[in-house]
Amino acid sequence: MAERKNGAVAEHLNAPLGEPILQVRGLVKHYPLTRGIVFRKQVGAVKAVDGVDFDLVAGETLGIVGESGCGKSTVAKMLVNLERPTAGEIRYKGDDITKLSGRALKAVRRNIQMVFQDPYTSLNPRMTVGDIIGEPYEIHPEVAPKGDRRRQVQDLLDVVGLNPEYINRYPHQFSGGQRQRIGIARGLALRPEIIVADEPVSALDVSVQAQVINLMDRLQTEFNLSYVFIAHDLSIVRHISDRVGVMYLGRIVETGRDAEIYDHPTHPYTQALLSAVPVPDPEAREHRERIILFGDVPSPANIPSGCRFRTRCWKAAERCAMEVPLLAVPAEFRYEAGPAAHDSACHFAEEKQVVPQEEPGPVAPVESVEPPVEPTDGSA
Amino acid sequence: MLLEVRDLHVEFRTRDGVAKAVNGVTYSVDEGETLAVLGESGSGKSVTAQAVMGILDTPPGKITAGEILFKGQDLLKFKEEERRKVRGAQMAMIFQDALSSLNPVLSVGAQLGEMFTVHRGASRKEAKAKAIELMDRVRIPGAASRVGDYPHQFSGGMRQRIMIAMALALEPALIIADEPTTALDVTVQAQVMDLLAELQRELHMGLILITHDLGVVADVADRIAVMYAGRIVESAPVHDIYKAPAHPYTKGLLESIPRLDQKGRELYAIKGLPPNLMHIPPGCAFNPRCPMAQDVCRTDVPPLYEVTEAGTDRVSACHFWRECLNG
Repeated sequence: MAERKNGAVAEHLNAPLGEPILQVRGLVKHYPLTRGIVFRKQVGAVKAVDGVDFDLVAGETLGIVGESGCGKSTVAKMLVNLERPTAGEIRYKGDDITKLSGRALKAVRRNIQMVFQDPYTSLNPRMTVGDIIGEPYEIHPEVAPKGDRRRQVQDLLDVVGLNPEYINRYPHQFSGGQRQRIGIARGLALRPEIIVADEPVSALDVSVQAQVINLMDRLQTEFNLSYVFIAHDLSIVRHISDRVGVMYLGRIVETGRDAEIYDHPTHPYTQALLSAVPVPDPEAREHRERIILFGDVPSPANIPSGCRFRTRCWKAAERCAMEVPLLAVPAEFRYEAGPAAHDSACHFAEEKQVVPQEEPGPVAPVESVEPPVEPTDGSA
Repeated sequence: MLLEVRDLHVEFRTRDGVAKAVNGVTYSVDEGETLAVLGESGSGKSVTAQAVMGILDTPPGKITAGEILFKGQDLLKFKEEERRKVRGAQMAMIFQDALSSLNPVLSVGAQLGEMFTVHRGASRKEAKAKAIELMDRVRIPGAASRVGDYPHQFSGGMRQRIMIAMALALEPALIIADEPTTALDVTVQAQVMDLLAELQRELHMGLILITHDLGVVADVADRIAVMYAGRIVESAPVHDIYKAPAHPYTKGLLESIPRLDQKGRELYAIKGLPPNLMHIPPGCAFNPRCPMAQDVCRTDVPPLYEVTEAGTDRVSACHFWRECLNG
């Protein structure tokens, strides 16, 4: 017990390589619950985000997964300063942006842009595409001089794979996938370093989803962008992310490189989450272990004591109700360099493979599991 | 065969023209079988289901041709009153969005009990007892104390259970579930799909599962029918189709999804967009997006070819299904 407490939370073994461009420490957002109209008094708080730490390195993608209500979108809003944190720091190249205001804040905001989930409601239906994508230049005129803006917007349309001649069209003249491309073009307009994407492909059809993900992949290399990619779809997050953080009820419960999380999860919530994802392979269904959690996520206004996952956890013991598990490499894995040695906020962390492996691993049966289809040549 | 849909055509007449939502759909479900109807938005999968249930909005919708045989009888020849007796008692539907499908001003007990008072002539007391029994059956904790609660007092997963309970109330022979778990989180989705599969086995019902999620399909379906632009483009037993798709659209879909168990090369993306249903391309509707398209695809509508290799009982609406299977 004692050694766990000494484990420092943030800096340790598997901190990302390279200089972090964004450092988030102890980020908290509580929304007060009040009672009374004339005499308002606070009777509690919805603890949407309750102590989140992570680093983002230049050029990498950090995926944040979690179910609805876990606070992942609130984190996104705080990163772009649409919400002011209740506590905690967001350091962009060393400066805490939560303390900035005025001109300094404006300069930082230019570098952190957002792509929203719903391409149908995040574009103003009365503005043309040219106005939507060009609007950031009104606020940051130093990026593009007035006479040059139209050409800049056309370049952006071209970059995201839309016909530059569409500049005078309105959002309703585009399909969902095309609208999301417009949203991405708007995010790129100010040439930011960081893009926070909140469920950017969730509203799209499967065949269109792949187009947008590939576009985001390409743009990242082209413009050396860092992504914070927030989604509930674990397969998509694995595809795009270098590192992944799993959120539950306002906290990150497990974080590590993608293979560490997907192939060697140690937190029971991550294991349950991964085992619940349907895998598009009917051969896997017989020999796949499913962890079916009982119950629903507790209300963030009334978070369980100790470990917040304990009410749904099959491992929960007395200790879990008493002591909050810290996000650190669990003691049992601390001295080995294996993939299980990554941050996991569980008193009883244990490695468990839940995603069927490609190579005949412990879960695979005699007949080796092949991917159902191979990519066709030159089709992508 | 429990349900056979034959060559169904549905149109929507709008101010801007006629949208051909369903253009000759043929599929069948047997007792105890799960048929997954897979397709993207606008493929006609929900419209077909609504036509089967008899809840299509007419107008603007209109069934222009086809047969819907339920236990051998053509439902399209039924009068509305006869239809109503079938609906609910013999076949039932589970909708995607439980919150908007349940009546917000009636308690869930009242809505569940209504099935018994209307169809079975039960008294209110009996109906309430039945409602509690149903809620127990779909594993809602504390059913007896929650029977008087309103839909907004339940979580998303619980509401979807209530929808399932309502569909199961009269033990129908056929259940149509239209994206039953799309609005739910994965851990809750797993609970709900598990429950649905278990109840289906228990009651030996036919289940039509409408979805766009290739993962869910692989988990529960026996057979798959893939829809595109209002037609079935491929239909096959679930194992065969994932192993070797016989239509380029199915193949493209399977390749375009990111996988949980694989880290990513670039994803294959089907180019272009699904067609506008008012202007479906001539020939094969998929031809403008198809990497294998030839001249014949632009002129001749492919019939449903029997796929004789790689499994039995499968069809594909592709002139080049053989090439697709082998390449």
